[in-house]
Amino acid sequence: MDKPLLKVEGLKKYFPIRKGIIGKTVGHVKAIDDISFHVNEGETLGIVGESGCGKSTTGRTIMRLLEPTEGVVEFQGRDLTSMSANEIRKVRRDIQMVFQDPYASLNPRHTIGKILEEPLLVHGVSNAKERREKVIEFLKIVGLSEYHAKRYPHQFSGGQRQRIGIARALMTNPKLIIADEPVSALDVSIQAQVLNLMQDLQKEFNLTYIFIAHDLGVVRHISNRVAVMYLGKIVEITESEELYANPLHPYTQALLSAVPVPDPNYKKEQIIIEGDMPSPANPPSGCAFHTRCPFKMDVCTKITPVLAEEKTGHSVACHLYTAEGNDDIERQKQLEGSV
Amino acid sequence: MSERQKLLQVKDLQTTFFTDSGEIPAVDHVDFYVREGEILGIVGESGCGKSVTSLSIMQLVPSPPGKITGGEILFGEEDLLKKSEKEMRDIRGKDVAMIFQEPMTSLNPLFTIGNQMKEAISLHEKKWSKKQITDRAVEMLKLVGLPRAEEVMKEYPHQLSGGMRQRVMIAMALVCDPKVLIADEPTTALDVTIQAQILKLMRELNERMNTAILLITHDLGVVAETCERVVVMYAGQVIEEAPTQEIFKNPCHPYTRGLIQSVPDMRDKKDRLYSIPGNVPKPGSVKKGCRFAARCESAFARCWEETPQLYRNSDVHQTRCFLYDEQEGVTTKDGQATVES
Repeated sequence: MDKPLLKVEGLKKYFPIRKGIIGKTVGHVKAIDDISFHVNEGETLGIVGESGCGKSTTGRTIMRLLEPTEGVVEFQGRDLTSMSANEIRKVRRDIQMVFQDPYASLNPRHTIGKILEEPLLVHGVSNAKERREKVIEFLKIVGLSEYHAKRYPHQFSGGQRQRIGIARALMTNPKLIIADEPVSALDVSIQAQVLNLMQDLQKEFNLTYIFIAHDLGVVRHISNRVAVMYLGKIVEITESEELYANPLHPYTQALLSAVPVPDPNYKKEQIIIEGDMPSPANPPSGCAFHTRCPFKMDVCTKITPVLAEEKTGHSVACHLYTAEGNDDIERQKQLEGSV
Repeated sequence: MSERQKLLQVKDLQTTFFTDSGEIPAVDHVDFYVREGEILGIVGESGCGKSVTSLSIMQLVPSPPGKITGGEILFGEEDLLKKSEKEMRDIRGKDVAMIFQEPMTSLNPLFTIGNQMKEAISLHEKKWSKKQITDRAVEMLKLVGLPRAEEVMKEYPHQLSGGMRQRVMIAMALVCDPKVLIADEPTTALDVTIQAQILKLMRELNERMNTAILLITHDLGVVAETCERVVVMYAGQVIEEAPTQEIFKNPCHPYTRGLIQSVPDMRDKKDRLYSIPGNVPKPGSVKKGCRFAARCESAFARCWEETPQLYRNSDVHQTRCFLYDEQEGVTTKDGQATVES
């Protein structure tokens, strides 16, 4: 069970900023900047962060829907980044994606039957009868019926469309599913249905999920481990229980305290961080979070903290837990002592 | 607390959309009120009529196809529905102001923030000098916590972040000291850390300026943290109304209960989420009986036949569900059956 299915090392994705008529590159948006993590077989890794933190780019770069700038993505021991287009297409049979917007990710001119058949055609199931049977089988698995195969996407509600999106991802018997905000466009009551479905499917087909979302409640519910991203970097990664009980990074702490809890009597310590996320085209020096961090030290503006294991299975990138940071805290104490 | 005056009363409001495929009653006999200085939440899922209700109050429902077909909207003593368009224009912004979900689309990209702020003021304060107007605009931007307010006056909407734009919208809505602020999903498009900032700002403004706020949202967490009282809507109707404390402690309508249970709680992990089966019905598709009956675990024969009314659970709590109509026949003078709790 604890065998890594996917290993990401030093992954970077820079988008060039072009200016002028000849399109000279004047800089880069560092959408993801040197991230490393692994996903074990059968587990769910949640990736959380606010808009613009690079969580969706991470998902797309793993699939090679976006070409990585640098780094290694190892799936079952094979490096995806160096594969030819032909090879990667074969691997995508094992890695499928579920998208956020069930309205935009289904072709409005195709029937559901055709949409679900497509992945089978691409991956070489040539027998038409077999394909049709499989379509019906999977429609039933995600809680729809046989007659739905003849309908068009606009005839379905948002929740049903997301079920279709999930069925499409399952058609090729994948091992890993990358779900990019699969429930954020849905209403609460429908969201719960889709989350339950995803959990049932995981057990039934022994699936591994990378679950990308901005909703911390949803991520906690579905994930075994969680990675928190900020401005293109992973700032903290650990078991989901541990992260919510004992967040180490000041950003994670602020993020957790900012989520409104549906209980008027729940008193929490609210850490409201000021300001906005800086632009990834022009990230701050040192730690990217120092512009908003309540515990900022001198060292934070100079040296970028690296993700390091603070406790077993709990890594954090913050100077509060590094040697440089400790030196700074000591210095601060001495300074205060001398005044 | 309860003696505070009712500032805005919506009585028996009906808003219908007349489309090619028939009449769609988006808001169906809705009643509620907002008291002075209170924050009232309207919560419900997409298509429940919460946004159309707020647009109806401002009379901004796109017409055609929409039309307010009945009811009263009392602001103080006056019925807003009897006002002419010209009179409404004076009321909007001055007495009742509104902010929308998308701060990007509700600001004009071609004009500076200052320009748009000043326009809002000069429309209502016709006698003010240019200097007075500019000062007021800057003062409001500072009030909503925008750093470097003077510079922001000269900037265009695209130069600001989402959170800053929403602050500008709030500042603009408050320039004329409205008594009621209608906020339609003000934080839905924002990230959680920015949402926390904006909600804090709204609570502060509510306390400091005593502006009543009608907060429309789908997020029960936002309601729990911000609102004093809650109205829950489902398929165009109010199905439950109670103070926030009460509704989370003792939710009565099966839909409210299901909704609260469906939210994944950050504090403790359940193996399986509770989920309400089925989908929200299309407005107007349920012709007979309770609109929630098809998804309800406690539905019985009567639910399919008759449409329930709002039954009182206590002085402050009412629920549209036959489960609270045990003593059928005990009717108060306003035509509502009561249940002793």
